[in-house]
Amino acid sequence: MPRRDDLDSILVIGSGPIVIGQAVEFDYSGTQACRVLKQEGYRVILANSNPATIMTDPEFAHRTYVEPLTPDVLEAIVERERPDAVLPTLGGQTALNLAMALHERGTFERLGVEMIGANSEAIATAENRDRFKQAMTEIGLAVPESGFAYNLEEALEVGESIGYPLIIRPSYILGGAGTGIAFDRDDLERIAATGLAASPVSEILVERSIAGWKEYELEVMRDRADNCVIVCSIENFDPMGVHTGDSITVAPAQTLSDHEYQRMRDNAFKCIRRIGVETGGSNIQFAVDPRTGEQVVIEMNPRVSRSSALASKATGFPIAKIAARLAVGYTLDEITNDITGETPASFEPTIDYVVTKIPRWAFEKFPGIPDVLGTRMQSVGESMAIGRTFPESLQKGLRSLERGRAGLNCDPAEAMWDEWSDSELVRRAAIATPDRPFQLEAALRRGISVERLHEATGVDPWFLDQLQLVVDERRRLADLGGPDRLGRADWRRTKRLGFSDAQLAYLWNVPEADIRAARLTHGVRATFKTVDTCAAEFEARTPYHYSTYEDDDEVGPGRRPKIIILGSGPNRIGQGVEFDYCCVQASFALHDAGFETVMINCNPETVSTDYDTSDRLYFEPVTLEDVSNVLDVESATGDVAGIIVTLGGQTPLKLSGLLPPDLVLGTPPDAIDLAEDRERWSSLCRRLGIPQPPGGTAVTVEQALEIVDRVGYPALVRPSYVLGGRAMEIVYGEEDLRRAMEELSGFGSLGREGGLSAERPVLVDRFLEDATEVDVDAVRDATGEVVIGAVMEHVEEAGVHSGDSACVIPPPTLSAETVATIESHVRAIADALGVIGPLNVQFAVKAGESGDEVFVIEANPRASRTVPFVSKATGVPMAKVAARVLAGATLASLREEGLLRDPVGGGHVSVKEAVLPFTRFPDADTLLGPEMRSTGEVMGIDSSFGLAFAKSQAAAGDELPGAGTVFFSLADRDKPSGVTAARRFVQLGFSLAATSGTAAFFEAAGVPVETVVSKVGEDHPGGVDAVTLLRDGKVNLVVNTPRGRGPRADGAYIRRAANQHRVACVTTVAAARAAAAGIAERAANQLTVRTLQEYHEAEQLPLA
Amino acid sequence: MIREALLVLSDGTTFEGEAAGFWDPEAGGPATGEVVFNTTLTGYQEVLTDPSYAGQIICFTYPHIGNYGITGHDSESARAFCRGLIARDLPPRPSSWRSERSVHEFLQDQRLPALTGVDTRRLTRHIREAGSMPAAFGPLDRFDETALKEAAQAEPGTEGQDLASQVTTNQPYTVGDGPLQVVAYDFGIKRTILRHLGHLATVEVVPASTPAADVLARRPDGVFLSNGPGDPSAVGYGIESIKQLLGQVPVFGICLGHQMMAAALGGRTYKMPFGHHGGNHPVRRIATGAVEITSQNHNYAVAAGSLEDTEITHINLNDGVIEGISRPDLRAFSVQYHPEAGPGPHDASYLFSEFERIMGA
Repeated sequence: MPRRDDLDSILVIGSGPIVIGQAVEFDYSGTQACRVLKQEGYRVILANSNPATIMTDPEFAHRTYVEPLTPDVLEAIVERERPDAVLPTLGGQTALNLAMALHERGTFERLGVEMIGANSEAIATAENRDRFKQAMTEIGLAVPESGFAYNLEEALEVGESIGYPLIIRPSYILGGAGTGIAFDRDDLERIAATGLAASPVSEILVERSIAGWKEYELEVMRDRADNCVIVCSIENFDPMGVHTGDSITVAPAQTLSDHEYQRMRDNAFKCIRRIGVETGGSNIQFAVDPRTGEQVVIEMNPRVSRSSALASKATGFPIAKIAARLAVGYTLDEITNDITGETPASFEPTIDYVVTKIPRWAFEKFPGIPDVLGTRMQSVGESMAIGRTFPESLQKGLRSLERGRAGLNCDPAEAMWDEWSDSELVRRAAIATPDRPFQLEAALRRGISVERLHEATGVDPWFLDQLQLVVDERRRLADLGGPDRLGRADWRRTKRLGFSDAQLAYLWNVPEADIRAARLTHGVRATFKTVDTCAAEFEARTPYHYSTYEDDDEVGPGRRPKIIILGSGPNRIGQGVEFDYCCVQASFALHDAGFETVMINCNPETVSTDYDTSDRLYFEPVTLEDVSNVLDVESATGDVAGIIVTLGGQTPLKLSGLLPPDLVLGTPPDAIDLAEDRERWSSLCRRLGIPQPPGGTAVTVEQALEIVDRVGYPALVRPSYVLGGRAMEIVYGEEDLRRAMEELSGFGSLGREGGLSAERPVLVDRFLEDATEVDVDAVRDATGEVVIGAVMEHVEEAGVHSGDSACVIPPPTLSAETVATIESHVRAIADALGVIGPLNVQFAVKAGESGDEVFVIEANPRASRTVPFVSKATGVPMAKVAARVLAGATLASLREEGLLRDPVGGGHVSVKEAVLPFTRFPDADTLLGPEMRSTGEVMGIDSSFGLAFAKSQAAAGDELPGAGTVFFSLADRDKPSGVTAARRFVQLGFSLAATSGTAAFFEAAGVPVETVVSKVGEDHPGGVDAVTLLRDGKVNLVVNTPRGRGPRADGAYIRRAANQHRVACVTTVAAARAAAAGIAERAANQLTVRTLQEYHEAEQLPLA
Repeated sequence: MIREALLVLSDGTTFEGEAAGFWDPEAGGPATGEVVFNTTLTGYQEVLTDPSYAGQIICFTYPHIGNYGITGHDSESARAFCRGLIARDLPPRPSSWRSERSVHEFLQDQRLPALTGVDTRRLTRHIREAGSMPAAFGPLDRFDETALKEAAQAEPGTEGQDLASQVTTNQPYTVGDGPLQVVAYDFGIKRTILRHLGHLATVEVVPASTPAADVLARRPDGVFLSNGPGDPSAVGYGIESIKQLLGQVPVFGICLGHQMMAAALGGRTYKMPFGHHGGNHPVRRIATGAVEITSQNHNYAVAAGSLEDTEITHINLNDGVIEGISRPDLRAFSVQYHPEAGPGPHDASYLFSEFERIMGA
């Protein structure tokens, strides 16, 4: 059954912004789908609101809509494009839900659009818990028994019939309140009573608890001829009870016998057939009782998932690509396995290595949120590592995380638990947290038995035995005493267990370089094997490699000069898909320019780690040791022209000074350091005559106080050498400052990562209140020419981290003169630093009596997170241009080539908005500040600022209301400017609610306030309290600006309530003004959607 | 304590490793046999106890072998007939509710030598390029490279060797309780096959050398030709018996049984460079076009074009090797792969129903 010729155009729905639980893996799957469908000759229409993605680059689809992923907008796109089919299974839950929404509206039927990949019936059966359970029972698959209860009697009845232990979950509650595990009747009575009280509808789900069971996943593919294959089996290190996205997972499954595995495989096929996923990939989760082998089905995703991306990288079997082909009619046996180039895709990959995925969390960004893992996913990224054995892959994976860890302990941070008693250590390890693997190693090292740890944690003894091997080896190494005492066999054995040179350097207290040198004298060096889907049974054509310590290398000779691109490692807040975008664009551009591109990265979710993105792929940690190993083997097999460190964010940049200087392309490492070093940077600015906010550097509290005495409050306090505003804070008084300094130097997470030193001081600056923040992305070439990609104006004023602020191209309020000043500063800085390649500069513009004053905040001679947004807004491929310039091209030559074009503009406005993860952390304060907390971004494009802003809010999930009540609660300093915004809302027909002070101010200014709201804990006669108002749905938009610092400040309650009840909330007056403009313009205009391709037309069409 | 060991192939290629498993403390030579690689991720116990591996050293491509231990249920025969085990790693202890003992204990019980720490991927790639070949391995405190090389070169390999006679049962025995009567030729039969057949029939398992007349005298509803080790062309007496049985009684053959049935039908068999050993090979069932993922274990195959009047029913999608043949007129069919699994996928278990159908017809 070959390609379907009855289809001509296909709509692919992307997954929107990166959020926790739905991340960059869908850029990978969507990009693959678009490429495949384009190759197959279909007209591809893509809808995705996320500008940072690779798939939304105009070259991946014929028609690219960077528009909000809402049913109305998608319907408008479908109306405009009239696709023959829609493929909803490659854009995560967002795409699936949107497709279902349009299906239910009848849009698809009305316009004759066929859903391919999975039909609505299959999606509904898989997604609805009751229907799913019923379907599984029908085909004889076990599911955990459960039942609903509405009173204590029913709860006992249901519970006793199922048997203990039981998990009790109240319905319609947030944050897990009232949930608990009952081991006997007494527990059940107690927990059920609490649960019934906690549930607003007095409903609890009583379910058999399988916490502690082993958890597995199978990745299944099915084609329309009903051929089914398992691509990969995955076993979780953490037992049931921790969300699989938050578990360390291992491929293939380690502790299932063939007997059990084949039964699971049979069940997976039964499941996919019963659910009715006709073509494509699905992910099915199973739990297995470790005592009896009993298997139950937990859930099924009828689409490509996070695990599919992992399985694709783990095996070399490109699930998304093949799912796209299957959706358009091919069968598995008609598709060739890319890796062998000869055998068909209708087979099951087999591997000869072990893959470990380790999540990365961002708890340090959310003070007060405990780092306890549970059934709700909280991680923001992940690393994957490949080794020949589990210990090797685990240790590689841990050092890939970039948490300052060199592997499984054996580094300075291991001292963390030294003060705990054995029983305390075991007790802590029993609670799943990001530290669990390290705690387990520490416990084993103290001689605590595998049995005891298994009992306490539920981690399978097989994994613990493997950790024990690492512990034993470490003891042996410690006994040997130093690098000179090891022979070849010792080195090999150690490295085969995944020990990094950095760990050994710590163990013996010698420089890392000495370890490497001693090891190499014995000829023990990393060897590179190939990921080939078939355990070497067939020859692999795809150079997808990983390192291990074996006999021989499989790296083939290079033919052209090679450029090594260092990727950005696991996603985290502050370093996300934007940097992967830059690396991938660089790889494409340099390949086209005749280079052989070599990618090093360890993030399984990304496009950069797809085996056909670069000419060669090394799935490796981005650390000095691992990068040096690749450099060695690449140098031995051809000519390495250079290494790119400036496109992958802070991760590769940190290595710039440690790699051979003649190979680091672009801006010299010294200039990178100059920009980071406060003193050198300040003197440069002074020399150039560019004003900076006054400030200085401090290592101690005294020094910090001294600076503030000089510059005054408020002050901005931030550590050096961090990304994403880690631990950055604005302090308004001495008490604040003392606390902030203490956190930075002491027990805070930064202290844990090494604390403060003369090399890593704290920067203390006068904070410019009410200043407008501006970002500029530019590229400078070796001849000194500078091209400015865009000047971006932030909606929120300076003080909100640039990554969390909305920003606009072109700048809506800056004068031409100010823009010219900014551009000239950028050029001067680029020249002075000797930048070659990308540069990002941030400014604060303060309105003064004699016009705008422009202050430079910082400059980063690397690609910034706004590069993809700039490219999409202006049509200038900034990352490609930067990459070519790094490799020696001049801007003039790129212009001649046609790669560099003038930015388009004038006809449209682009707004980038940040997407924050607060729904995942219902107890977190949603106030924006200098520490970045957003996980992703969206883009709104339209003919005016208001319309583009409204689109950006809708895309971010906070659709601006059209009518209703706006609730204001403002800090004193914001009240004058707030009046203007409030008046505007009244003109638009909104009624106002406000806290007493704000209400009085508004009334005095002649703006009517309908509802006066009492502050929390304040009994205002006749007033309602804000939280009640929000809970009752009587507020449609909240404008709350901070009054003071700290989570206990009054506004925190309001913002938290708004978050919990999903009411849009803005925390600056500027954003409120923008919201009013958006609401006004949206009301006056019809919704229009346009493609990037149209926006990028050199001669812009007038906007209809 | 690490005991360094060496593997030497007959072409002189060497691989470092550590000795594991059973080594006679006093006497005995190195482990010798033909090295083959198996790519299955699970099922090491079934593979190690499969009589078809007689005369061979098994190299597992998956690095950790022994994770879930050993259990009586999973043995495919009374003992391991293979000559040795090569793996990247044998974990210290098993972890499974089914496990009765560790792979280390199993190796001791079976007096089976093993080699660990080997770059098994390099070995696999070498065999892929150079073909399966004889080899020898042993601890370096007992054997040096020269001795091992000589031992490897002295190893006869499997071509022309009647290995079935070494693994077959001495005495007939009966298993199963199904309604039909089946006689199963034991050329090295696996227990999982007997379990499948036992659901359909009362199965009398007979030695490989049992004459056709003796079989027919039992008036069976069908005759099963089992899997087994080595070169089909060396089992002439078996092929002769099959010739006499074909047309007289429904016949179903698996693996070596398939090759021998093809030979009895006038076909030719040949030795493949490194065979098929694993659980992921795609096979097309030509009648329906469906693709089955199959369990495979063979070094010999039926030559394409060597059979007349015989329908090719199954084909390997990786390399086009004949995977199944049928003679409806003789009520006989056979497959190269292992529909019984043990280990491997269950996709082709319908073939036992097919056997049941033709026996009932």
